Amino acid sequence: MKKIGLDVGSTTLKCVILDENDKIVFSTYKRHFSKISQMTGELLSEIAEKFSDEKMQIVVSGSAGMGMANDMGLPFVQEVYATRNAVRRLSPQSDVVIELGGEDAKILFITGGLEVRMNGTCAGGTGAFIDRMASLLSVDTPALNELAKNREKIYTIASRCGVFAKSDVQPLINQGARKEDIAASIFYAVVNQTIAGLAQGREIKGNILYLGGPLTFLSELRLAFDDVLKTHGACPENSLYFVAYGAAVSDKSDPYDLKELSEKIGNYSSSAGYNSCEPLFTSEEEYEAFIKRHKSASEGIKNIDAPADNMYLGIDAGSTTVKILMCDDDGNIFRPLYCRNDGKPVEIVRDYLEKLYRDYPEIKIRQSAVTGYGEDIIRSAFHIDHGIVETIAHYTAAKKFKPDVDFILDIGGQDIKCFKIRGGAIDNIFLNEACSSGCGSFLQTFAAALGYSIEDFANLGLYADRPVDLGSRCTVFMNSSVKQAQKDGATVENISAGLSISVVKNALYKVIRCASAEELGKNIVVQGGTFLNNAVLRSFEQEIGHDVIRPEYSAVMGAYGAALFAKSKCKECMMSNIISKEELKRFSYNVKAITCKGCTNRCRLTINTFSDGERYIAGNRCDKPIDSTKVKERFNLYAYKNRLLESYADVKPDKSKKTIGLPMGLNMYELLPFWATFFRELGFNVKTSPVSNRKIYLEGQHTIPSDTVCYPAKLLHGHIEELLSMNVDAIFYPGMSYNFDEGKGDNHFNCPVVAYYPQVIEANVKALEGTKYICDFIGVHDKKEFEKHIAPILSKHLGDFSKAQIHKASESAYSEYASYMENVRKKGEEFLELAKRKGLPVIVLCGRPYHLDPEINHGIDELICNLGAVVLTEDSVSHKVKPFRASVRNQWTYHARLYAAAKYVAEYPRDLSINLIQLVSFGCGVDAVTTDEVRSIIEEKGKIYTQIKIDEISNMGAVKIRLRSLFAAAVDRT
Amino acid sequence: MSEIDFTKEMKKEYTILAPDIFPTHMELLSELFRMYGYNLKVLKYEGKKVIDTGLKYLHNDMCYPAICSIGQQLYALTCGDFDPHKCALIQFQTGGGCRASNYIWLLRKALKNMDMEYVPVISLSFAGLEKYSGFKITLPMVYKAAMALVYGDMLLLLKNQTAPYEVNKGDTRKVVDKWIKELTDQFRHNKGLRVKALKKNLSAIAQDFHNIEREKRDKIKVGIVGEIYVKYSSFGNNGLEKFLDTQDCEYMLPGVLGFFQYCFSNMETDYNYYGGSKFVRSAGKFAEGIASKVEKYMAEALEPFDFVVPSSFEDKKKAVGKVIDRGVKMGEGWLLPAEIIELIEHGYNNIICAQPFGCLPNHIVGKGVIRRLRELYPDANIFPIDYDAGASKVNQENRIKLMLSVAREEVEHR
Repeated sequence: MKKIGLDVGSTTLKCVILDENDKIVFSTYKRHFSKISQMTGELLSEIAEKFSDEKMQIVVSGSAGMGMANDMGLPFVQEVYATRNAVRRLSPQSDVVIELGGEDAKILFITGGLEVRMNGTCAGGTGAFIDRMASLLSVDTPALNELAKNREKIYTIASRCGVFAKSDVQPLINQGARKEDIAASIFYAVVNQTIAGLAQGREIKGNILYLGGPLTFLSELRLAFDDVLKTHGACPENSLYFVAYGAAVSDKSDPYDLKELSEKIGNYSSSAGYNSCEPLFTSEEEYEAFIKRHKSASEGIKNIDAPADNMYLGIDAGSTTVKILMCDDDGNIFRPLYCRNDGKPVEIVRDYLEKLYRDYPEIKIRQSAVTGYGEDIIRSAFHIDHGIVETIAHYTAAKKFKPDVDFILDIGGQDIKCFKIRGGAIDNIFLNEACSSGCGSFLQTFAAALGYSIEDFANLGLYADRPVDLGSRCTVFMNSSVKQAQKDGATVENISAGLSISVVKNALYKVIRCASAEELGKNIVVQGGTFLNNAVLRSFEQEIGHDVIRPEYSAVMGAYGAALFAKSKCKECMMSNIISKEELKRFSYNVKAITCKGCTNRCRLTINTFSDGERYIAGNRCDKPIDSTKVKERFNLYAYKNRLLESYADVKPDKSKKTIGLPMGLNMYELLPFWATFFRELGFNVKTSPVSNRKIYLEGQHTIPSDTVCYPAKLLHGHIEELLSMNVDAIFYPGMSYNFDEGKGDNHFNCPVVAYYPQVIEANVKALEGTKYICDFIGVHDKKEFEKHIAPILSKHLGDFSKAQIHKASESAYSEYASYMENVRKKGEEFLELAKRKGLPVIVLCGRPYHLDPEINHGIDELICNLGAVVLTEDSVSHKVKPFRASVRNQWTYHARLYAAAKYVAEYPRDLSINLIQLVSFGCGVDAVTTDEVRSIIEEKGKIYTQIKIDEISNMGAVKIRLRSLFAAAVDRT
Repeated sequence: MSEIDFTKEMKKEYTILAPDIFPTHMELLSELFRMYGYNLKVLKYEGKKVIDTGLKYLHNDMCYPAICSIGQQLYALTCGDFDPHKCALIQFQTGGGCRASNYIWLLRKALKNMDMEYVPVISLSFAGLEKYSGFKITLPMVYKAAMALVYGDMLLLLKNQTAPYEVNKGDTRKVVDKWIKELTDQFRHNKGLRVKALKKNLSAIAQDFHNIEREKRDKIKVGIVGEIYVKYSSFGNNGLEKFLDTQDCEYMLPGVLGFFQYCFSNMETDYNYYGGSKFVRSAGKFAEGIASKVEKYMAEALEPFDFVVPSSFEDKKKAVGKVIDRGVKMGEGWLLPAEIIELIEHGYNNIICAQPFGCLPNHIVGKGVIRRLRELYPDANIFPIDYDAGASKVNQENRIKLMLSVAREEVEHR
């Protein structure tokens, strides 16, 4: 009897039919658009017809197939297991299988101990991810593959989840990087994701087999894998059907009449219920009233169809869209444009101006302003008069509709921005962190996946009777929740409404993190393209329980704010410097990508050169490539501390002595003065691993066991590899439950990762075998106990030392550590005095000691300096605050400093502009506690709290907006 | 923040609301509290509304157990079933370096945001982190609590060994229910918590389970370890045990007592590594001694039967040295790999390591040690499963199915 193997994946349906000899006699592959039972039913009836109603066995597999199989009583084979069995039969010589699907990624180690790895809850790098990236570039995936063939260089794109990568890709597009290079970079991101996320310390070698849709269809993706793995993998015939085939050969079933079964499946909808929310609208009257109310909000502002005497131009070059409009002296709007930027914001602005000049040759543009991600490039290209921060632009616009606005929420294509207004100034800014950008493009992606346009899709939900309650989570998680809801029988209407509601919940509970709707404010203005969607608007009003204002020009508010800003800057007889009609005719530009050699950062730069000789450089971390003559005086305590620490490493080794290697990360960073002195006193050379960079990270990537641990911990693997190549006699990296007791809190712990990472290194870095690796536990908080407990550790690994020797070395170590800390404090004091004298703003950039690492902080300290501020560290001010009771358990040495520094900043007299920025590593669980506490300490005294999340890659464009908004808000305050 | 005292008057009138941490054990423990005059109520609320309450008042990146357990308590206060003015909340505190030691504080912060600051919050800890005029844990109470835990562990241990094989479906459940009723009755009459009675009860329990008619065949054996909350709480792990019940396998969860022994023993390790208070060390040793004694009674009661007897705590300590240093003491610390080793050595080769998404200690003692464990036990089939408010049950069950498929094949190959 013939046997059907059915593989129901997250996005596609794959089916094979085997004859009695397990030979494939039929195969098919199609997208199911989540109409799983319907499509399966259709497929089975096709088969029945084709094989003239023969009875067949059927076995199901695939991530979305389990529920259906269970309910239908069909045998189910777990899909990885199916793959493995298929490989055994079809390609038995394989050692490792890499299989990418719509939403999952797997590696199977076949030989040398069977092991299967699947992506966990937080992972992108799959087919859905590639689709999404392609749509960012406005191409389909085959075209993406074609583009990648002509690559010249590879950019670094975060390889964790799709949302992260997106925030890397978008700036690249906006900076004018070549599409070909971006395409190839996307494939390399997938490769890195697969290797880092799944291999987890196990080497991928031998005969490699590529399976699944993306690897079958995308030759460049295969080449990227080949390149990184330094091998040549094979993509076999039927590479799409291994799961289906494997299912068929792994189990058997009763014979089925396919016609009957097809009907049964086609009519099946899951019996399980799902959690639902209130419907958005229960009647058309309700809907009409809602629409009318929102229309009335914009009555005072007209859309004019001919320019007035004085016009002001505003441009908002956003991350995914470009918004342009003009306004007259009364704020009436002329020629609004809202379109996707398709990676070419410059062209869009040029076209707009060309048409404008063509239609109205006499138009008088008095002033112009630009805001958004693309501010700099547009400003250079077209000589726009002003550049303003997005947040200020939005506030300016919102005020026009609601003068007493106290809260603005803008949900755009890729980001959520919201700010509170207090006393006419921006009081508090929230931007979505990279992991929760469930915004406009999120809805769009789902619409596309289900085969709808965004407008149609959103409208479907308006009258849905039981919207699915999807909660507030990032896109990657949402995929599975939607899948589950479909399984549980939710209709597309209810899913659509549910997604709109979850966008709102994301904004409220993930980004703003409000506990109750009342705390948002009374006079709320919502804007941004996503709020044009009535379903989203309605769910927002439902969620917060009262009405809000949505301006009719919701999507172009940034541009409107810029135009109004330009108007406010206009003095009599002033004319805009904007590119003239004649200049525009000659306008052209070209883009070049280079690597900056100005310093060790080796930034990848894109240089845009315009026809008038104006240049715009992007991708730089500092001002060097832009203007090397402009060496501003800098007051950066991060740089100072780094130089201090370097001095401990920079000692000439004595050939007759043994060498101890210290990895520069986590608990070693701040204790370097201590340990370096201690070991030197005992007669050792001390070497440290070099300053971190991306290459060091990649070297250690293959031994990282947990893909969700913080980046500083991941980076440590690379430092160990470095030390191994440096010819040291021993690597010293002690376990430390406790750190120094600075008397600030209830205890003086290290966080679990900082405390115990030495154990992780020992258990996972195989290359350490053969090298002396000292990871014993020790505490430094009590000098006497330290001397007592370090002695047996030394004699166990490095030889016997007398009590006196140890005592002497320990005395030096303790005093060196103290003098290092004192040094930092003194310098901090000096900078503070200087800031006061020169009237410079001060930023206390708070983090942990290892946030000094430029690979971890991505040069944010430099960026702050570039904006003209003095940068202090948390440990340079924390000692000035008397111990106080925090409202959380204050038990970690490093974190106690954060609270103290926050207190210091909060209570500082108003004669100095001093603010705090907290650096938070993605995945740092401890910071779920500390960020709220630091925020409340700061806000209690009416100051602004700013938090910057950093990871492998950081979107410096977004960071810059935050910093500029902070400075703008801080200036408003004073 | 000023803490609200739990006064003697409150002891009389208030209901103390506790999250459902260890489903079987909590019933026994609440009875024990009742013996001492506290009205302890174990909350059984589940589902999205509870999670949403947790997410609303806690940082969303806070660990999932916090969202669940604090969510249950806050939900109880807001759902109308209780008068918030007549309630106190209780949370267990271990006081270690993990962020879990912040639960009490986060709970108080949340209450403040809800304008319910008047609700007293009791921290239940060995370290005596806080003091209350109307709530006191005495030494006899600790001793009795250890016994109550052993009863719970015993029921759990035996239930898991008989249920998959019972011939008459429901026999095991009957025995469990019978004993929970019997024990709570005994407690109510101030019985069952003396050594003699304990020994007698344990033997009778073992005998009862032994009497259950069972099939003689081997099933796939699964061990469950992990973060303490998601390991035991079906609310935290999306009904993991219920799912496994449908998968034709036998599963084992190490006992709760082990976690307390681990906490006590860390006091001594701390002293050995860093010095400090001899008193703390002695207190730890003393408490560990009591627990070990009780543990021994359990082993003795099991002796005559063919059930798997848990390794002694001493043995676990010894065995774990080859995988990780016992200095790792935050969260579940070294106990987690120790339990994996114990399970593997007892034939439970397929390990589910249940952990909250992003759990800090689990980076070290969960995912961090798997490589080493595989070197030592090449046949071990270890699967970390993440639990989170956003993680879908489908994905979790899919991974577990994979583990079971591989396991089934191993069984067939043998």
